[in-house]
Amino acid sequence: MAGKTIVITSGKGGVGKTTSSANIGTALAMQGNKVCLIDADIGLRNLDVVMGLENRIVYDIVDVVENNCRLEQAMIRDKRYDGLYLLPAAQTRDKTSVTPFQMKELVDELKEEMDYVVVDSPAGIEQGFKNAIAGADRAIIVTTPEISAVRDADRIIGLLEAEGLRDPEVIINRIRADMVERGDMMGIDDMIEILAIDLIGIVPEDEGIVVSTNKGEPIALNDKAKAGQAYRNIARRIMGEDLPMMPLEKDNFITRFKKLVGLS
Amino acid sequence: MKSDDDKKSKSVAKERLQFVLVQDRVKLTPDEMDAMRDELIEVLSKYIDVDSQKIEMDVKREDDMTALVANFPLKGSK
Repeated sequence: MAGKTIVITSGKGGVGKTTSSANIGTALAMQGNKVCLIDADIGLRNLDVVMGLENRIVYDIVDVVENNCRLEQAMIRDKRYDGLYLLPAAQTRDKTSVTPFQMKELVDELKEEMDYVVVDSPAGIEQGFKNAIAGADRAIIVTTPEISAVRDADRIIGLLEAEGLRDPEVIINRIRADMVERGDMMGIDDMIEILAIDLIGIVPEDEGIVVSTNKGEPIALNDKAKAGQAYRNIARRIMGEDLPMMPLEKDNFITRFKKLVGLS
Repeated sequence: MKSDDDKKSKSVAKERLQFVLVQDRVKLTPDEMDAMRDELIEVLSKYIDVDSQKIEMDVKREDDMTALVANFPLKGSK
């Protein structure tokens, strides 16, 4: 079996790479895939806490690369899905502890066993980013409707193309329909026109993300959350399904009332 | 005169973004961009009557390439 490696990247920090990685990985596993998430943010690891697996870490990615343990020993099995694993980053080391060559070898080995290897890239364009994209077959860029995030996404598209990773796709995260409607936030069309790449998903701003991160339970597991639905749809599109984009829903009086009485 | 406050902030964002992306994509500083623009006007003006107030320059990403797209409207044309 030869799986695919997908890198989740953005350039700018704080746009939702780790949340997106956790949710895409979880949603792919929910579809019955064998998935390994890799936290490539050495020194600032967080995918473990977002996944709620921080208490199970014994070994990490640097231990694997330095042969302190076997790859399988460092892979943490998810508590909810059998086919879902996490390879955590090292917390007390830095980005130079792994080389792009070692990273490629690692993901190539994992691909033998997995349907998908999902790599959570650190922010920036330096070595951590170069490690994260080494060995990737496909890139997904996360951005938000802000000038700074879109500008960085554009820069990343150029860097990915220079590395031979063509046709990256974009997730537009944290969009607010009410702000787009009143002309105070760039809309999907504006951003796609500027970036000129394919859209793989739109994730609405959702308070539920904070709650799910608090608990260490990816929102993809919550079948009532809009953001959860968005990530489940992204997973299906990754698998090749041609799903239409969910229309953006305004958080108006009616939807707020429905939430209040528990209808949605 | 219409004030800038009337413009939706989304349009402001889009315009500012397009402007910085031109510089990012061609990897030129604003000064270099201005210099290039002035030199282009100089060359073109030798042969045609360019309306230097209405020039637009943009860098567009297409399928296989990134291209500098410039519009040099002619003076007196509509």
